[in-house]
Amino acid sequence: MRTLKFLLQKEFKQIFRNKALLPLIFVVPVIQLLILPLAADYEVKNINISIVDHDHSPYSRQLASKIAASGYFRLADYSPSYKQALQQVEKDESDLILEIPRGFEENLIRESAQKVFIAVNAINGVKANLGGAYLLQIITAYNRDIRLQWIQPGTFNPEPVISITSSNWFNPHMNYRFFMVPGILVVLVTMVGSYMCALNIVKEKEAGTIEQINVTPIKKYQFVLGKLIPFWTIGMFVFSVGLFLIGRLVYGIVPVGNLLLLYSYLALYLIALLGLGLLISTYSETQQQAMSIAYFFIMIFMLMSGLFTAIDSMPAWAYAIAKCSPVTYFIEVVRMIILKGSGFSDIRLHFLVITGFAVLLNGWAILNYKKTS
Amino acid sequence: MKFSIFHIQFFIFVRKEFHHVFRDRKTLLMLFGLPIVQILLFGFALTNEVKNSRIVVCDYAKDEASARIIHKLDAGNNFRIERSLMSHNQIEEAFKEGKIKMAVIFPDGFRNDLLHLNQAQVQIIADASDPNTASTLTNYASSIILDYQQQLIQSTALPYRITPELRMLYNPELKGATNFVPGVMSLVLMLVCVMMTSVSIVREKENGTMEVLLVSPLNPFLVIISKAIPYLFLSVINLTVILLLSVYLLDMPVNGSIVLLFAESILFIITALSLGLLISNVAQSQQSAMLASVMGMMIPTMLFTGFMFPIENMPVPLQVISHVVPARWYYTIVKSIMIKGLGFESIQKETFILIGMTCVLLLVSFKKFKTRLA
Repeated sequence: MRTLKFLLQKEFKQIFRNKALLPLIFVVPVIQLLILPLAADYEVKNINISIVDHDHSPYSRQLASKIAASGYFRLADYSPSYKQALQQVEKDESDLILEIPRGFEENLIRESAQKVFIAVNAINGVKANLGGAYLLQIITAYNRDIRLQWIQPGTFNPEPVISITSSNWFNPHMNYRFFMVPGILVVLVTMVGSYMCALNIVKEKEAGTIEQINVTPIKKYQFVLGKLIPFWTIGMFVFSVGLFLIGRLVYGIVPVGNLLLLYSYLALYLIALLGLGLLISTYSETQQQAMSIAYFFIMIFMLMSGLFTAIDSMPAWAYAIAKCSPVTYFIEVVRMIILKGSGFSDIRLHFLVITGFAVLLNGWAILNYKKTS
Repeated sequence: MKFSIFHIQFFIFVRKEFHHVFRDRKTLLMLFGLPIVQILLFGFALTNEVKNSRIVVCDYAKDEASARIIHKLDAGNNFRIERSLMSHNQIEEAFKEGKIKMAVIFPDGFRNDLLHLNQAQVQIIADASDPNTASTLTNYASSIILDYQQQLIQSTALPYRITPELRMLYNPELKGATNFVPGVMSLVLMLVCVMMTSVSIVREKENGTMEVLLVSPLNPFLVIISKAIPYLFLSVINLTVILLLSVYLLDMPVNGSIVLLFAESILFIITALSLGLLISNVAQSQQSAMLASVMGMMIPTMLFTGFMFPIENMPVPLQVISHVVPARWYYTIVKSIMIKGLGFESIQKETFILIGMTCVLLLVSFKKFKTRLA
């Protein structure tokens, strides 16, 4: 016990002495939490549209003003020709082109049918899809208005109408930040846990100081604990700062569920993750190596974790990989507890899995850590 | 004669650096593995589409109309349906367990209301703790239900019809790849150039071998430049691998000139390398060099190129910041050349910005460069 105390003293001193690392551990997460949720906004808005109006009739102008007034679109410009509008798209000034052909009003009234042309910049498929769909909706609504002007009500048979009422639970204002902030918290804790831990040990290897520790009677488990406990504490601290200071004060996120439950899961998760860091450190000789290995895995874990895209939508093989990453489980749990107030019985499976990860990763790392090189 | 000796010295230094890089197999493996894995993940695994979502249908009506709609919901691959009669409380429980994402409720007498009163109700409840998925699912379900309604009405052809003709430019199949391949290119080049270069220089500082290099007869600037050359080489290989993968595996087009694409990429690589040099000049330990490049480069690159999140959605200060991120300009260049097939004249502005950035970075790092270590 006394040995462990000395080891811990050493580690904390080393961490707090490192003036370059300290701000990176404590300030950078705060900045990230402030910037990332603001920047990570998928919601498709501000779609720019160029309108090419060859008709210049009251009807075409009406349609244009309807589009401008809809709130979905920002009118980039009125181009005199399709070619010029396309140049706007090439410059990324505009995302959609609506071309209203000559004789739009006349043909619509006389021949009872008329085409309009829409071209969408589809490099970003999602945006293209939504932009196209919004525009179609507006045109359909406009079409209905025109029809009502020309047909007396009553000649129509009453149509059967299904009215859909939709409600959004747990986040009625659909605030995207409520969804992102807890996820980003997880990423920050993950970075601190795995990166810092791996680098710290490899640094001792590279500097040769690990030899000095190896020749002392310090046991394997004491050394490992001495490395894990400081970073475990830092991880807990970073998470708390993020959750209470920034989550609550800046974003107004108040966890619905039980905090004790959240923290006990966090404690387990950190152990598992530190195990990963430890494991990486046992497999690498230089910091550059440790860094590139850690970066490789964290990158995959993060992308596959459901932080940005839902894992249910992935193909089966990717889904299987996602299920093999501890990050996936923690992101699920954090969102469930903070946003929905899920209880222990809802996440007991998650608890089981993370305990498994903790045992597996740490066990493997300790087996692989050799006191002799 | 002097000139050639100088040349030979420089090549010896470059060879030394190549030895350093190729000796470290693990790092090398990661450096080449990363772009491949990223292309595979982004190409096949990560989509913004919502598929296979588990939903519950509470059918209190149990009539022909509700059965038709449920069948339609079941038909696509968007939903996986569980059928049961849940109360509101039970639905909340199911949401909390994370089992389902949405509930669709048909009230009793759905068909009767629809046919006789011309007015029927359906309720959709979504788990909005994930707002994007919630709104997408609600939209899918609504459009399926409205589609059914449309079928009921269809008997009459409507007069005064405007038919929109929709055309998808550049990417008619709406593949995600067109959007992210340029993004992955800038990410990987950033990683290799900035992170690896800066760390490899600082390592020599940390180990004390930098002193040895600096007292050698070669000009100290060339010592540093020789460090950057292997990473330039690696980056070009990585670039080629990414391009080959995206053309042959993801069926991406290269519509513009490939020579121009490579030239612009090399320009971007040089920008990134000079950034790496700057970081390595300032940083004292590998850890701070690495963290500075991760925090200062990787994350801004991911955020501000606009390949994951649209820039125009960001608050104005962040949009301003995005202008100083080199990857943002490179991303635009790659999109213009590869996908839109444009020529040099349309990316002049971006090219000049990158050149300007490179000059500033090099200038600052030479100013900061000390030939003596403290």
